[in-house]
Amino acid sequence: MAIFSKEEAKKILEKVLSYSKADGCEANLNGSNGGNIRYARNSVSTAGESSDVTLAVQSYYGKKSGVATINEFDDASLEKVVRRAEELAQLAPENPEFVEPLTQQAYGESKTYVEATAKITPEYRAQAAANSINPAAAKDVTAAGYLEDSNNFTSMMNTKGLFAYNKSTGVTFTVTMRSNDGTGSGWVTRDYNDVTKLDTVEASNIAIDKALQSRNAKAIEPGKYTVILEPAASAELLRNMLFGMNARTADEGRSFMSKKGGGTKMGEKIMDERVTIYTDPWNVEVPASPWTGDGQARKKMDIIKNGVVSNLFYDRFWASKQNVAPVPFPGNAIMEGGTASVEDMIKDTKKGILVTRFWYIRSVDPQTQLYTGLTRDSTFFIENGKIKHPVKNFRFNESPVIMLNNLETLGKQVRVSVDGGPGGGANFLIPYMKLRDFTFTSLSDAV
Amino acid sequence: MLPLNMAGNQIPVEAFLDSPLDTSQKKQLADVALNSARSAGATYADVRIGRYLNQFINTREAKVQNIVNLESFGVGIRVIVNGTWGFAATNEVNTDGVKKATGRAIAIAKANSKFQKDPVQLAPSSSYGDVSWKTPIQKNALEIPVSDKVNLLLATNAIALKNGAGFAASNLFLVNEQKYFASTEGSYIDQDIHRIWPTFNITAIDKAAGKFKTRQALSAPMGLGYEYMEPKSEDKLVGAAGFPMYKNSYDMIEDATIAAQQAKEMLSAKSVEPGKYSLVLEPNHLGLTIHESVGHPLELDRVLGYEANYAGTSFATLDKWKTGTFNYGSKQVNIFADKIQPGSLGAVGYDDEGIKCKRWDLIKDGILVNYQAIRDQVHILGQKESHGCCYSQSWSDVQFQRMANVSLAPGKDAYSVQQMVKDVEKGIFIAGRGSYSIDQQRYNFQFGGTVFYEIKNGQIVGMLNDVAYQSNTQEFWNSCVKICDEKDYRLFGSFFDGKGQPSQVSAVSHGSSTSRFNDINVINTGRTI
Repeated sequence: MAIFSKEEAKKILEKVLSYSKADGCEANLNGSNGGNIRYARNSVSTAGESSDVTLAVQSYYGKKSGVATINEFDDASLEKVVRRAEELAQLAPENPEFVEPLTQQAYGESKTYVEATAKITPEYRAQAAANSINPAAAKDVTAAGYLEDSNNFTSMMNTKGLFAYNKSTGVTFTVTMRSNDGTGSGWVTRDYNDVTKLDTVEASNIAIDKALQSRNAKAIEPGKYTVILEPAASAELLRNMLFGMNARTADEGRSFMSKKGGGTKMGEKIMDERVTIYTDPWNVEVPASPWTGDGQARKKMDIIKNGVVSNLFYDRFWASKQNVAPVPFPGNAIMEGGTASVEDMIKDTKKGILVTRFWYIRSVDPQTQLYTGLTRDSTFFIENGKIKHPVKNFRFNESPVIMLNNLETLGKQVRVSVDGGPGGGANFLIPYMKLRDFTFTSLSDAV
Repeated sequence: MLPLNMAGNQIPVEAFLDSPLDTSQKKQLADVALNSARSAGATYADVRIGRYLNQFINTREAKVQNIVNLESFGVGIRVIVNGTWGFAATNEVNTDGVKKATGRAIAIAKANSKFQKDPVQLAPSSSYGDVSWKTPIQKNALEIPVSDKVNLLLATNAIALKNGAGFAASNLFLVNEQKYFASTEGSYIDQDIHRIWPTFNITAIDKAAGKFKTRQALSAPMGLGYEYMEPKSEDKLVGAAGFPMYKNSYDMIEDATIAAQQAKEMLSAKSVEPGKYSLVLEPNHLGLTIHESVGHPLELDRVLGYEANYAGTSFATLDKWKTGTFNYGSKQVNIFADKIQPGSLGAVGYDDEGIKCKRWDLIKDGILVNYQAIRDQVHILGQKESHGCCYSQSWSDVQFQRMANVSLAPGKDAYSVQQMVKDVEKGIFIAGRGSYSIDQQRYNFQFGGTVFYEIKNGQIVGMLNDVAYQSNTQEFWNSCVKICDEKDYRLFGSFFDGKGQPSQVSAVSHGSSTSRFNDINVINTGRTI
């Protein structure tokens, strides 16, 4: 019962608001059904299902607000949660940054729900695990993987007349294959709204091939190298940069978007002119909810256009203070790609490194967006247009801003799921990228 | 850092003092689950009835941004059927809900047993009967009026702004886990666990130069009550660079005052010359290095490959341990694990599978001697007793092996931080946590810090910027040449140790005294964009 239809959600939310005695009230009703399976050492280790619905009610008096939540939906419980939110609001200190809820907004039609994903069964999950474990065992490789699927709804209503509803589904699959001699490791990630696009056999075989090809990696000197980054490698760095494009911190002088002497880098060219990144909730590959958690309508919008900063994100308080229109936080990001295949990129590389993924990425300096992390699960040396041999993993220290200034070639786009940021995460469409002068600072013996 | 577990329902602060069930009611419900499990064929079952309370207060300059009170209440049931684990949880804490959840756990165990290669082997456990344990706090922080806590945070921000900060944000996180454990082996364990973490970020701005620098708090999350927020002179130590360090109580106002001054100083501090240095690392910094380079690689489930698809495996493989001579560090290095250290985040009476907690050695005189293991894996080490480090972040998640407190024993000879600085010719003193990153087998790491001071010819000569050090775990611990004595011993802590899929967090402390590491590679992290 965790997934309420639009009509069911509307009925409950109307009932909630009917109990409100405060200056205003806004309620969010969200639910999910989810399942997962985890395996390691070529055997299933854990599997489970969970189901939850939560109603959060925010009541406010002037600039004082309180939030209470509940997961029971009889009339008495609905009234109780409203009364509790009102009690908390009356006790709360005044918040000078409180902004009243929105009136009804116009939202586009959502593309985030796919029925097939909502119908995933425990048997499907078990088969996904078997699709990794069986071919791994046959090739002297050990599989460790995880598949998680979810079927969600979100809805909100307030006393200003706003109502919004969205349904979404998702499935994420990751698998690590390690050669049994301990010298090779391969990894693959897949993420879709539509499970019919997921091929766990194909994904598992790629990881097995990488594990076998990356055995007995050789050490080469760290330094600046031309790199070809698979989309999964650059996703987290791009996420960190994009999620840092908050207008308030830029205006306050404490962001990489702050300008020397005051002001922001809005409208300035900060990277290669071939870099264009935008958000579009209706993109069929990475659809996002047409509305944000506070009810703002999302729209297609440039973030970086031809290397120039096109938009910073303004929450509703900061927008009103700066006298500009709010710019909601994006639900996805699409970086325009090119036509080159990864084989083309390798062929055109005299000396370089092919990177499957980066791992343990952490901020070193927020001023320059400098991050450190390591390559993991298959890294290869390219010489004179060919992959020569696997190389030991490197630690890097690099900024995505510098990286996107050093762009050589853009390839085809791939969907990658990223965690973090407001709302918990987002889906990105990112191209394969060839970049020059990527900074590797030391070697790691890790496999 | 991983996000704090925010699961739970928002409640009024007075409701923290409610108790939905008394101990005898919990025991009755637990017996319902255990009897249901037995009659359905389980050879073992345990039940955790948990009430998890959190309070978070977030402020910024003169504003209270958020006061959040959360409660999460439910029951988790774990069973072994056909030699296979099954787990299910419910927020319906009544006879019917518990019976249904037990049935689901049984069904999952039966379904998964088709894939099971080796049946679960549990190390023996004592039957403790009806017992209880409580964090030995003096003041329950959840019972302190919210206004007192808000006023302290706002005063912290105000003093920082007065001392030249451009921005100041301070936070207080409080946790109370009320856990009742029962198993088919005859233990009924009632525990009341408390944790506290005050912290801040204070930022200085130079708009003309387009620069900003942030100084974090030098507090530690602790397994203490509100007494931690009441500074005592005996808990204040003079650090290597002259500013104070804190033991079992914290002076937030004093630290914020110094932080604002230091953040301003950072704006024009000298950029480090890369090269080899002797590093003098104080406990609030060294704790994170211990966590990443010793705590994680010595978790047995990682070593065995159960975390291969997420956090990774470990360089500290069983064959190295079996030699009995694997040189993890220099002879000075003695590292122990424990779940009992007073004031630590990991301290409990019993772990989440009912094992009485203890202390044990991991590295003795530099040699790897043991791992961290729980009931279903410790037999792989040929040992007959679980180490007692099983934990779940909530009633709704299955318990599994988590890091104990892992601490570096202080030096045996009297030796102060001032003497240590005096003995260094070319070095850097690093205080507080900073950027941290380590590979998936825990060989190569890079750490930053909160503040850095250059040491030349036995003296602190000034602040440094753009410092990070890179090393290899075994080389690093073998370069440890001196450890200060027990007078300097303090705890570092983290609320956010992440592991598992789906990911769970746990809180853990790491004790040490200021230590010296020779010939460590320092890089310059300064860039221009």
